[in-house]
Amino acid sequence: MRHMNPHRRSRSAAAAVACAALVVVAACSGGGDDSADPTSGGGSSDSYTWWDPYPQHEAGSDWDQRVQACGTEAGVTINRTAYDTTALTNQALLSAQEGTSPDVILIDNPAVSTLAETGMLTTVDEFGLDTGDIDPNLLAAGELDGDAYGIPIGANTLALYYNADILAAAGVDPASITDWASLTTALEQVDAAGSRGITFAGIGTEEGSFQFLPWFWGAGADLSQLDSPEAIEALQLWVDWIDAGYAPQSVINNSQNTVWEEFLTGEFAFAENGTWQVNSAAEADFETGVIALPARDGGNAPAPTGGEFIVAPVQDDEARYDVTRQIVECMTTPEGFVETATTFAYYVPPTEEGQDQLLTELPELETWVDAVRTAQGRTSNGLGVAYPEISEQLWTAVQSAISGASTPQEALEAAQAAAPAID
Amino acid sequence: MTTTQPTASALSPLRGAAPPPGPRRRPRVSATQWTALGFAAPLLAYLGFFYAYPLWRNIDLSVHDYNVRAFVQGDADFVGFANYADVFASPIFVTALTNTVIFTLVSIAVQYTVGLALAVFFRGSFRLSNTLRAMFLVPWLLPLIVSASTWSWMMNSDNGLINSVLRAFGGDGINWLTSPDYSLTAVIIANIWLGIPFNLVILYAGLQNIPGDIYEAASLDGAGPARTFASITLPLLRPVSAITLLLGLIYTLKVVDVIWIMTTGGPANSSVTLAVWSYREAFGTGRPDFSPAAAVGNLLIVIALVFGFLHLRFQRRQDES
Repeated sequence: MRHMNPHRRSRSAAAAVACAALVVVAACSGGGDDSADPTSGGGSSDSYTWWDPYPQHEAGSDWDQRVQACGTEAGVTINRTAYDTTALTNQALLSAQEGTSPDVILIDNPAVSTLAETGMLTTVDEFGLDTGDIDPNLLAAGELDGDAYGIPIGANTLALYYNADILAAAGVDPASITDWASLTTALEQVDAAGSRGITFAGIGTEEGSFQFLPWFWGAGADLSQLDSPEAIEALQLWVDWIDAGYAPQSVINNSQNTVWEEFLTGEFAFAENGTWQVNSAAEADFETGVIALPARDGGNAPAPTGGEFIVAPVQDDEARYDVTRQIVECMTTPEGFVETATTFAYYVPPTEEGQDQLLTELPELETWVDAVRTAQGRTSNGLGVAYPEISEQLWTAVQSAISGASTPQEALEAAQAAAPAID
Repeated sequence: MTTTQPTASALSPLRGAAPPPGPRRRPRVSATQWTALGFAAPLLAYLGFFYAYPLWRNIDLSVHDYNVRAFVQGDADFVGFANYADVFASPIFVTALTNTVIFTLVSIAVQYTVGLALAVFFRGSFRLSNTLRAMFLVPWLLPLIVSASTWSWMMNSDNGLINSVLRAFGGDGINWLTSPDYSLTAVIIANIWLGIPFNLVILYAGLQNIPGDIYEAASLDGAGPARTFASITLPLLRPVSAITLLLGLIYTLKVVDVIWIMTTGGPANSSVTLAVWSYREAFGTGRPDFSPAAAVGNLLIVIALVFGFLHLRFQRRQDES
């Protein structure tokens, strides 16, 4: 630097270069929401953006081709981007804030009411979509203040997988398990025969609440009153299993995947898990079966519905809605539902027609179709946007109780005190 | 900032050669200033975009009530310090603060002690000392998700390596991650393991700067290893120690990943720290609460700043003496 210092001109030139560099930096950082960016919505008129939570289905996969086919049918191309489930909610909120929402989002059902509350979603009525055939218990998860904001593209739920070899060795007939008492007796027999009882997910995330809800609802408890006697009884059931050694204490940190890995070791008699493991269960090294999760006094406990909704965010350019509707309709015909179901390892269709069609193809899925028919939406019954907060308190209570930090009653009373009031 | 220095200092010979008094002086100085500004501008813009704006945004989030709806619509109500008041009043606050203090202090105390011991050990070169030292850096090279997941497998109550060793020696298994009494200990152990390489590297570099003849003179005077360590190594290492501890403190205060992967702050908030709490409010549940999360984040920044200033004062006093 020192030798070029007397030449003022070269110094100014250098300064100009530095400034030019600055301009480039500013232009780059300021121009992030350029419409050439494939992830931003409202692109050109023949290209539509689509977000879904299935990064495991890459470009060119069956699922991707199915999405593209719906675009082709509507005469447009679809730009598909896949995000992780939790990241998708955040991305959707950010894009809405920037006014660059995609045309179509497939989103996990408890998130629908959260997105709808921000005013970023169109209602099904505004869109002119017919939801008359959809099972009301499934559709309810996407409703907020009486309006439906999306259509379920399929549903999954929880049931109880069992290891038939272990049950046979312990002399337990799976058909005899119809309520909590008979299940606990079965666990006792299995334990006495030297195998491990049951595993489930008690992790401190939404998955923990998801797995606890069938017991919570199966006891007759309601999410608007977390510390009801029924709720305490449900939590006590889990705590008793852990205290008796029927379930490992490590369920506190189990995600649903961990549960499944534990089950596949062949050491556990029962595992609470979802429709998405049907294929994996068939490939296990031992014989497996599945029964519905029992309610306290018999019958099937309502399990929470899982699965994604197809929603259409509000666009500045309303002319786009027409094509978007065609894409949504293509995904939600009875044939479309069954196709989705088979592409996705047993995603149960949300309409009776679709379910019947699936059962004629795969009659062994009957337990699952029944479970979906009795299933209950987590955000249903007017909970809507309060659900995520209630759920957080619920999983915290489950963790407190099964870790022994407090009794089920104390834990649930604390949860109820911290949860938002429901009127 | 450094780009302005050569230009300014290079000006002095020019001024000495031809002292230009009066009006001719002004445009030249101003041109120099423009040049200086031009060179500093990219850096200033960078600082503005990536430091000042996020910081400002974080403060902005924390004094508004940003629920999800307000976040999208951009019409959050100004609530002043209500979010901070809520944070202080929350039952989690005391737990999180206590855990943060324990987590941070125990982590850096052990990391520093072990790091220093290893640094002194590796100072005397012996066969394979370089290889061994390199192996101690492994925790640093592994992605955090890998090391934290490995720790959580090892600490699994039923199938974990640590418990099977304990049982092999006749002890009882410990519910490391799933008992409220042990979860904080478990994440501290993992975090200490992760932080030792950092301390080792910096302290080892500091030791290299202590001239060997001082040790020689000490040994001629008959000082034993303990005396040498106390009277030479420790005092001469003080500036390096100070910066190691300060950086360690700041890194440890903001640790989220290790705890989140191993326990998500649970069970029953027993391993929740301020940083984990902030992350959980914003991203850990189905419903993002950005405002309280930002408030907790700002508290962490203030805590780190206080220690930063303490460090500056300490350094200034040392420079003076």
